Amino acid sequence: MMPIYILRRLGYAVLILLGVSFITYLLLYMIPADPARQLAGRSATAETVANIRAQLGLDLPFYQQYFHYLMNLIQGDLGRSYIQRTEVSALISSRLGPTMELMAWGIGFELLIGVSLGMLAAIKRNTAIDRFLMALSFVGVSSPHFIASMLFLYLFAVNLDWFPLGGYGEFEHVLLPALTLGLLGSGWYSRMVRSSMIEVLEQDFIRTARSKGLTRLRVLFRHVLPNAIVPVIPMIGIDIGIFIGGLVVVESVFGWPGLGQLAWQAIQRVDIPVIVGVTMISAVAIVIANLIADLLVPLVDPRIELDKS
Amino acid sequence: MSFPTVIRNLCRHKSVAVSLVLIVTVISVAVLAPWVAPHDPNMQYFDGLTMEGAPLPPNDEFLLGTDLLGRDLLSRLIYGAQTSLIIGIVANGIAILIGTLVGVSAGFIRGWTGTILMRLTDLMMAFPALLLAIALAAILQPSIWIVALVIAMVNWVQVARVIYSETIAISSREFIAVERTLGASTLRILFSHLLPHLLPTIMVWATLGISTTVLLEATLSFLGVGVQPPTPSWGNIIFESQTYFTSAFWLVLFPGLAIILLALSFNLVGDALRDELDPSLKGRG
Repeated sequence: MMPIYILRRLGYAVLILLGVSFITYLLLYMIPADPARQLAGRSATAETVANIRAQLGLDLPFYQQYFHYLMNLIQGDLGRSYIQRTEVSALISSRLGPTMELMAWGIGFELLIGVSLGMLAAIKRNTAIDRFLMALSFVGVSSPHFIASMLFLYLFAVNLDWFPLGGYGEFEHVLLPALTLGLLGSGWYSRMVRSSMIEVLEQDFIRTARSKGLTRLRVLFRHVLPNAIVPVIPMIGIDIGIFIGGLVVVESVFGWPGLGQLAWQAIQRVDIPVIVGVTMISAVAIVIANLIADLLVPLVDPRIELDKS
Repeated sequence: MSFPTVIRNLCRHKSVAVSLVLIVTVISVAVLAPWVAPHDPNMQYFDGLTMEGAPLPPNDEFLLGTDLLGRDLLSRLIYGAQTSLIIGIVANGIAILIGTLVGVSAGFIRGWTGTILMRLTDLMMAFPALLLAIALAAILQPSIWIVALVIAMVNWVQVARVIYSETIAISSREFIAVERTLGASTLRILFSHLLPHLLPTIMVWATLGISTTVLLEATLSFLGVGVQPPTPSWGNIIFESQTYFTSAFWLVLFPGLAIILLALSFNLVGDALRDELDPSLKGRG
């Protein structure tokens, strides 16, 4: 069962990636007025533009152009920046490290805050604490990242001077942007953990565990939490797209030298290959995250049927 | 359930009642903008700047202060509400329309058409919505309508998936099978049985979707690929003043609060509406 499931899931991920490449191709070469002219720059002669067009294969029929683009992608060639005259792939790989660092901290905080607040709300179900936490989760998901980032910067960095005003390098630099991402993203997790925990709490085996004399805390952490946490895993896969959107904004407000800031700088200069390159890399990351989540879930919870779809 | 009953039930929760009042207020202010705005939103007032040319903090003449060009912030916020609501309604309307069309077709026809349509939503889900919207907006050179279109193009996906599973669930219920055996045509089943049952779900998502749309528009405008100045939008007011936000904090605080409160209100009302219209979901995230 399991090997077939893994193979099918892998095949599907490859299919989605093909689709991703097709959409990025449309964005890069079909929609802009003339990609060759954009690449050549304003002062280029007609001859240069024609050369670049031939180089990019823009004079070939549509399906050949796409095939050409796909072959380049597989070899790691994401095209060239309009402005910076460098390979998009080089720009992206120089930014990957800082982004991964911020992502790891951000998702860590998101889970820590989301799961613990969700647990607390479920235990204190229908009390003032529960209502307060659930209202708070709504405020989190209704706040755009740019406003929260600027508010936190103003409050904690400018006025209280607890954190640096942005930048990169030390641990203190990562803390405020990661907390911003974590606080805003935790809302959906806390709501989900709350409802899945309430569901588990109502089941018979929990009553059995309590009645055989286990302490509340032991029941909570040994029996309730492991069961209630399972839906969180696929949620990380789904959430990662929203998280990356937040990353673009948080990185640009905090001056974090990652992929998000690269995208933001590209937006200011209308450097479409770089924007599309970052979009493409994010899509690959999302597909891989979902693949991992789908493969992890049956390992964590063997009761789940694999062939539902 | 009649409309007044739904509203009355919704208002049992204090937070939802406050949200509804807030939404009605924002809509009325936006519609009545020319009469309620104390100043011309695009007028650069000579006495709207300090002697050094810095924006004024909130005062008697300019209730919420002025921006970098000496324009009245309150009036810009009031006209900005128009922008947010127009985009909210247009973008969300298109997204709901596409999402419902795709979801119902996929769930009702199934077979190859259904599979392809749903795989298409999987493909869209692989992209981060914000980045895809940025790429589209950057390529298409934004106007207010393009921004609405771009937002619709990334937001229909969620709706399609929800409507799809709902359509499948309703189609498999007995009364549809009974209708079929009684000889009802496909179109009749579609319009007099399926769509009325989908209506609550569509209403819930239309409400929640406005919140998503308002947030996405604000973020796109903040990044400079949304609504372009001088047309005021809550996002581009912050975009224009972001470099000054440590010295002129009201320029971020007030539009920021406006965005959060409006998005929060639509989220709270949408969530309460879901509990109200679909009791089976009560208490779930």
